[in-house]
Amino acid sequence: MLFESKKLEYSHPGQKTLIFPDISLASGESLLVLGKSGSGKTTLLNLLAGLLKPKAGEVILATKDFARMKGQEMDLFRGKEIGIIFQKPHLLAALNVKENLQMAHFFSKKKGQDIGQLLAELGLSEKAKSSVLTLSEGEAQRVSIARALANSPKLILADEPTSSLDDENTEKVISLLKTQAAKIGAALIIVTHDQRVKAHIPNFVEVQAS
Amino acid sequence: MNLFKLSWKYLTFRPLSTGLNVFLLALGLAIITVLLLIQDQFEKKMNQDAAGIDLVVGAKGSPLQLILAGVYHIDFPTGNIPMDEAQKLSRNRLVKNIIPMALGDNYQGFRIVGTNHDYPALYEAKMQSGVLWTKPFEVVLGAEVAGKSGYKVGDEFLGSHGISVGSHEHDANKFKVVGVLERKGNVLDRLILTSVESIWYTHDEGEAEPADSTTNQEEHHMIKLQDSVAVKGFPKTSESRDLTTLLIQYRNPMAAIQLPRLINSGTSMQAASPSFEMSRLFELLGVGITLLQGLAMVIIGISGLGIFIALYNSLKERKYDLAILRAIGASRGQLLLLIFLEGIMLTFMGAVLGILLGHTFLSVIISQNEQGVVGSLQPWIFLKQELWIVVYALTVGVLASIIPAFAAYQTSIAKQLTKA
Repeated sequence: MLFESKKLEYSHPGQKTLIFPDISLASGESLLVLGKSGSGKTTLLNLLAGLLKPKAGEVILATKDFARMKGQEMDLFRGKEIGIIFQKPHLLAALNVKENLQMAHFFSKKKGQDIGQLLAELGLSEKAKSSVLTLSEGEAQRVSIARALANSPKLILADEPTSSLDDENTEKVISLLKTQAAKIGAALIIVTHDQRVKAHIPNFVEVQAS
Repeated sequence: MNLFKLSWKYLTFRPLSTGLNVFLLALGLAIITVLLLIQDQFEKKMNQDAAGIDLVVGAKGSPLQLILAGVYHIDFPTGNIPMDEAQKLSRNRLVKNIIPMALGDNYQGFRIVGTNHDYPALYEAKMQSGVLWTKPFEVVLGAEVAGKSGYKVGDEFLGSHGISVGSHEHDANKFKVVGVLERKGNVLDRLILTSVESIWYTHDEGEAEPADSTTNQEEHHMIKLQDSVAVKGFPKTSESRDLTTLLIQYRNPMAAIQLPRLINSGTSMQAASPSFEMSRLFELLGVGITLLQGLAMVIIGISGLGIFIALYNSLKERKYDLAILRAIGASRGQLLLLIFLEGIMLTFMGAVLGILLGHTFLSVIISQNEQGVVGSLQPWIFLKQELWIVVYALTVGVLASIIPAFAAYQTSIAKQLTKA
């Protein structure tokens, strides 16, 4: 197994402890995380990304349990091995498209994928030098996918990546995520409540508010 | 891509706010630069011009005025003194050397100074061309005078009465240029040197005009023009003549105590010490300088506050950006550094611009004020203290960035990114 999470628990201050279902994925596999609003989907995603520390349990990626990593070590591990796509693209407005991707290489201290080629595969070649402020929502989301893929991560996490996109763009984004994850041999986890996504990925777990 | 570039991109992403802060800081630092330059060069110049002159003797009046007129040639002389009294002084055993000076004429605002060869020797002046004067009405031009007027050896011109431009001309006798001095950056650059006799004769002509001029007098003057003038000590004359100031060098330290008292109480003249009067002047100017320095500090303080507010506000907009940077592998330390770098780059630009602006201000002041003392300052000399300005500015940058940088350090990525 490339990626496994076991017996993950987390408690927000002053609230009941959340217990999450175990996940295990092989290279190239994809999984949906479903659940109602407020069920803790996003908390799970944060735990899987190492952005939050679990109360108990372990998260193992490529034989490394990063649930116990700290500070800079965690930041660097996340930069190198985990690509995250957020609900909103959150591109750095001061930089152009290409520079946004270069930042991923710089901070993870990893060479990663060739940016020109990556942009070409995502149909963004002619936007490389454009300011990110000139992009459409669909384009911006694709750039944020490119940023998540830039370091050839072993795990790709996506948090409601299609919630603000139209049908056509949703189609594009999901198939992009699937093909790219398969190409670099990464595990793909998508947190969503979007019906359109369910049609593409049969595999799912459900988070239930307890 | 690296942190420097990223900081730079963020700065140039907000050109107006960045520009305003840089400019405000630069303005404060420019004032400090100008003050530094003026203070340094002024004091250096003042000391250089007064070097070798222990005491200035002239008519009774303000001692500061006497120094400004006799040494720096920027104020009006206090009046004239009789030469026989001056000559008595030269026989005093406490006096090593005494240089007589007769003032009262100008050429286009440049003062014509009647003196002997000891005066240029005092400043170790060298000839750029020609020789020193030996006959009446022969003059030697300071470098700046030669440059402005375009006169060379052999040219002739008329002097005007008084020491500022616009007075009536002495048209009876023309001054003849026999030499030009090398530029030394001191008071001689702005002077026209000649013999004391030249000054006397110019004024004799002027006074003779309204009276009945007899052939006898004409002949008398004709003969005098062929005589050579005194190049050392006092000019020889049978008439009772006046001088304007005397520059005195002491023979020993005792003279500093005895001589001024002797002159001030025992003669109709007064004595003033350049070093004492100048330190009194700097004390007076000091109030103004302190005030300007205070103003500069306030401007720098405000610009520091401006930088702080700009960084802090931009941080609010950039919390997402910072969280994203963390998500793609940046450490807390790198974000801290990113914000510090922005503050430091901003203030560094301010410092460089401020120093350049300061020098430019000074060169503008100088070009507006060519004949005054300020006119001989050098605007493009760089001082070591200017490095301290840079250090000072960077300190402002670091101080202004501390709070925003720690706010960036403490940003929780999970909270920021999932707020949606």
